[in-house]
Amino acid sequence: MPPRLNIVVPIKRVIDFAIKPRISAAKNAIETNGVKFSMNPFCEIAIEEAVRLRESSKDLVESITLVSAGSAKIQDTLRAGLALGADKATLIDIPAIDDSKSLELEPLAVAKLLKAFVEKSNANLVIMGKQAIDDDSNQTGQMLAGLLNWSQATNASKVTVDEASGVVTVAREVDGGTETVSAPLPLVITTDLRLNTPRYTKLQDIMKAKKKKTEKITPEDLGVDVTSRLEIVSLSEPPKRTGGGKADSVDALIGKLKGVGAI
Amino acid sequence: MSAWLRPLSRRVLAKRCTRLSTNSFVRNASSFQWQDPFLLGTLLTEEEEDISDAARRYCQECLMPRVLEGYRNETFDKTIMLELGELGFLGPTIDGYGCSGVSSVAYGLIAREVERVDSGYRSAMSVQSSLVMHPIFAFGSDEQKERFLPDLAKGKIIGCFGLTEPNHGSDPGSMETVARQHPAKEGVYLLSGAKNWITNSPIADVLLVWAKLDGVIRGFLVERSKAGPGLDTPKIKDKTALRASVTGMINMDDVEVPKENMLPGIQGLKGPFSCLNSARFGISWGTIGALEGALALARQYALDRKQFNNPLAKYQLIQKKLADAVTDISYGLLACVQVGRLKDAGKAEPEMIGMIKRHNCDRALENVRKLMEIFGGNATSDEYHIGRIAANLFVVQTYEGQSDIHALALGRAITGINAFY
Repeated sequence: MPPRLNIVVPIKRVIDFAIKPRISAAKNAIETNGVKFSMNPFCEIAIEEAVRLRESSKDLVESITLVSAGSAKIQDTLRAGLALGADKATLIDIPAIDDSKSLELEPLAVAKLLKAFVEKSNANLVIMGKQAIDDDSNQTGQMLAGLLNWSQATNASKVTVDEASGVVTVAREVDGGTETVSAPLPLVITTDLRLNTPRYTKLQDIMKAKKKKTEKITPEDLGVDVTSRLEIVSLSEPPKRTGGGKADSVDALIGKLKGVGAI
Repeated sequence: MSAWLRPLSRRVLAKRCTRLSTNSFVRNASSFQWQDPFLLGTLLTEEEEDISDAARRYCQECLMPRVLEGYRNETFDKTIMLELGELGFLGPTIDGYGCSGVSSVAYGLIAREVERVDSGYRSAMSVQSSLVMHPIFAFGSDEQKERFLPDLAKGKIIGCFGLTEPNHGSDPGSMETVARQHPAKEGVYLLSGAKNWITNSPIADVLLVWAKLDGVIRGFLVERSKAGPGLDTPKIKDKTALRASVTGMINMDDVEVPKENMLPGIQGLKGPFSCLNSARFGISWGTIGALEGALALARQYALDRKQFNNPLAKYQLIQKKLADAVTDISYGLLACVQVGRLKDAGKAEPEMIGMIKRHNCDRALENVRKLMEIFGGNATSDEYHIGRIAANLFVVQTYEGQSDIHALALGRAITGINAFY
């Protein structure tokens, strides 16, 4: 009996990618007042991949469940994910983590929440974004795999499931090129940019999403303490780019590089 | 004494100036959002907000990249209709037949996003949704609805609305296009006449033509595949506006139309006027979308472009233009939401829709022309988009009831006296 995929897709609500984040000097935090929030682009790619797996083969995918942690505002993001094709959603309600405090929910806390949730849901596959565009941590997927003691395939640029054996083959983008790994279920896959191009949301699917269930649970229900262990000491913008210079010969270039201690 | 004071005051002035100039670039600590001053979302349902977001994303990512080329070369990519259809944006307020039955406000929000990119694209969408799908749904037989609506909803077939004639624009009641019984064939009409300025006509598969049958205006669904050589839909080329949308004539010389293709449910001008009512509602939203697009472009240009060592945005006359635009956008959208709610409750009168169409189009046109001045000479380069938006808005103010005509309709409603003629 070929395994059916019970997929969990964790998603994150972040400042929209098109917006330039600004630091509020007074609060030593990112300015979030009146700023547009959307689903993390890598999370959209994750949902798209789960939906494509379902479309690739009848009966392969049993369910696609979204999960996200934070305040009630996340409902908007979960709804968007349901309209993209997920079946149901769970909001891990942490009222203190509203839009202005999202950096205070750390990757390890999220990984612990997800571990408990994934075990509770009987999932055998987690597809999630490789990183969020606000903190760019690129840690949660790897930590989750470690806590679950599952295989992991990060920075995926192609995912293939062998239905008969339940072995998943993942092509990963690494610095030198592409690396291909494979592992049997269960595993954690984190998505990279070129894995797929998410579809545009259809009106019909927005209507269908209204009937899909979103449940609310708390970190206490999962037995996880999400208190931060890290303290953000300060935030500053990167230094402004200063002008460069031109060298008119290779020797001059080498001289200049030596001059600034680069070589 | 005075000589001593003068250098002192100059130094003090210099200090003040420096502080002023840093302050003028300090980001405003207020939460006022110039893109959404009255927090439109608080008046919308979650579904409507989701629809607006989905429409904005599609239009900005898939329509915006095509518009420069389309406008320059006067080409309209028909796959746009298929894309709009696939995403459910065609005839969205219709219940059934592959449509989603969403609110009028949702329809307006979609129109706003499409026209934020280009008025021509929104014209093509309005024609399909309000001027072809709506009348078939409202006045057609069940058989006609089954036959046409699903494919129109998917964008697989394209429709157009033939009311305006070369000699009859604001006065459609005097139209000269006629339908007569075929002298030999039973149950067949022959249509003859000319229609002008018809969006989509050169590419339309089904043409809803309004013609007088025994002196009474009726609607006829002319199918190009069955019309024969008597139907000609030449493209109107070299337009100065709406160039990204395809416009043409409908010339008919005894075109055969079976009686199964006549809309049974309506007679007289009430038919076309009801369609125009629906389209005008969408236009009221769309024209504000065009103004919003222009405002975003003008604001960015004013922040980037420097003259006399300052960004243009520092100058008062520039800021006034931006303030006027933001104000008219906000008021315009509020009116659209209210009329949309009334429309869905069955309480909207045509004069209400005429009022928002007229006002929003007038304000959009006037504001965009002012915003265009911010660009200086660059406004003449189509890469800056503003010239295209302004040119388009002139036509948007004109069609579906030119502003002066709507003023007369309002005047008649206010006084009870007809001032049309």
